[in-house]
Amino acid sequence: MGDLVIQNLTRNFPRENGTTLTAIENLSLTVHDKEFVCVLGPSGCGKTTLLRMIAGLDTASSGEILLDGERITGPNPKVGIVFQEYSLFPWRSVIDNIAFGLEMRGFARTERNRVAEQYLDLVGLTQFRESYPSELSGGMRQRVAVARALALDPVVLLMDEPFGALDAQTRNMLQHELLDIWEKTKKTILFVTHSVDEAVYLADRIVVLTPRPGQICEFFSVVQPRPRDRTSVEFAKVRRVVLDLINQPKCSLS
Amino acid sequence: MNHTERRRSDWWLGALALILALVLWEIIADFIVGDVFYLPSPSDVTLAFISLVQGGTLIMDVEVSLIHFAIGLGAALVIGIPIGIAMGWYKRIDAFLDPIIEILRPIPPLAWIPFAIVWFGLTNVSAGFVIFVGAVFPVLINTYTGFRSVPRIFVEAGKMLGCTKNRDLIRYIALPSALPSVAAGVRIATGVGWMCLVAAELFGVSKFGLGQKLWYFYNLHQMDSVVVYMILLGLIGLAFDMLFRYWIDRRFLKWRTGEVA
Repeated sequence: MGDLVIQNLTRNFPRENGTTLTAIENLSLTVHDKEFVCVLGPSGCGKTTLLRMIAGLDTASSGEILLDGERITGPNPKVGIVFQEYSLFPWRSVIDNIAFGLEMRGFARTERNRVAEQYLDLVGLTQFRESYPSELSGGMRQRVAVARALALDPVVLLMDEPFGALDAQTRNMLQHELLDIWEKTKKTILFVTHSVDEAVYLADRIVVLTPRPGQICEFFSVVQPRPRDRTSVEFAKVRRVVLDLINQPKCSLS
Repeated sequence: MNHTERRRSDWWLGALALILALVLWEIIADFIVGDVFYLPSPSDVTLAFISLVQGGTLIMDVEVSLIHFAIGLGAALVIGIPIGIAMGWYKRIDAFLDPIIEILRPIPPLAWIPFAIVWFGLTNVSAGFVIFVGAVFPVLINTYTGFRSVPRIFVEAGKMLGCTKNRDLIRYIALPSALPSVAAGVRIATGVGWMCLVAAELFGVSKFGLGQKLWYFYNLHQMDSVVVYMILLGLIGLAFDMLFRYWIDRRFLKWRTGEVA
């Protein structure tokens, strides 16, 4: 299972001058099992803060996050994350990066390598097994990061603008591969992005956030079957609708 | 052609400079100074070296000096690395120890010689202690800096993958991430420690030792032998540094693209 329920979530950051900065205010959201949800919003609207709280890396000021009915209080093996920045351990080879989580769980080397190899194969990097992250391109690094997050078999995969730093071509390719992986592994995916194109290509459902403080402004279900053709008239229509959604006053003004 | 290849193909330039320097030194010593006491020539030094080899204590000198050095550097690693880790990882330990470290650090190692003698007597440990004082701070500071600059993203990625206890985070995330910095500190410490060796041996802790013999021959006014020991000190120091560099390159080059130390 992978039902994620977020209830009345608020996160305040105290500032040095005594006031507080509200990154997220009273946000409620339910993500269903095996659903692919994209969170769309401008920079600084608290998307990353939201993801960090679901990951258990940050604590809410009020409200709660439930995963299959259980409250999230800290990093949890059921939740995997792919960061925007390169987060692979540069001192570990590709295979050892993917196997890291299994190593922490106490798996023996042969067992964890066997599992890691499956995920290495899933992201198509078998021939880079012994390479180090510094020897890989940006796209390959993020593929390894996806494999590393999946290796612990989480029920929810959080992705924080994972393809944001990649060139457009690589980005499109990785989006396509991610959908393949999602079809095969059937995780619940919560994917943060500021690209309308990316959200329309990937999501079952798009959640539009307002600028700071982040609140939910709109939900939008993308019903077009996959694979979606970015150049089709249908795709352009949906993108237009979503663009209009994020540009309407209630979503673009705080 | 990259930097290393160019250096390799131009090696003869360095050799030429060495030969020229030796020739120049010989000419100045023989024809301008003309006094072995003020400036022994390369041939004087070579003869002194041969007679020292025949005397048979040279190996003992190297051995004793290496013992002093090993005691000092070993203690510096055993004490400097854990304190550096503790201060780099735990903010409160940092706040607690920092003033003490900052006050002790600027005291020159040689200023500890009186206490080295009082505490440890005229022993190998006493010489090791002086070397330790010189070597411990570079190790400690570099370990500390390395731990302080562990990228937060690595720690968070580790936590998300089930590495949550401080002990595990230090072992699996912070230490490997900081290791290049720690290694650079050890390399600096090797250099500083070796420089403290002559002073550490000059107050008579042993009958042998490169530094001890340097003073011994100075007192006998055998300056050609003094030069032999000077050169030995330099060459062994160089060998340490080269070995270290080789090890660092092999250890880190595969995952670090930039120059490490």
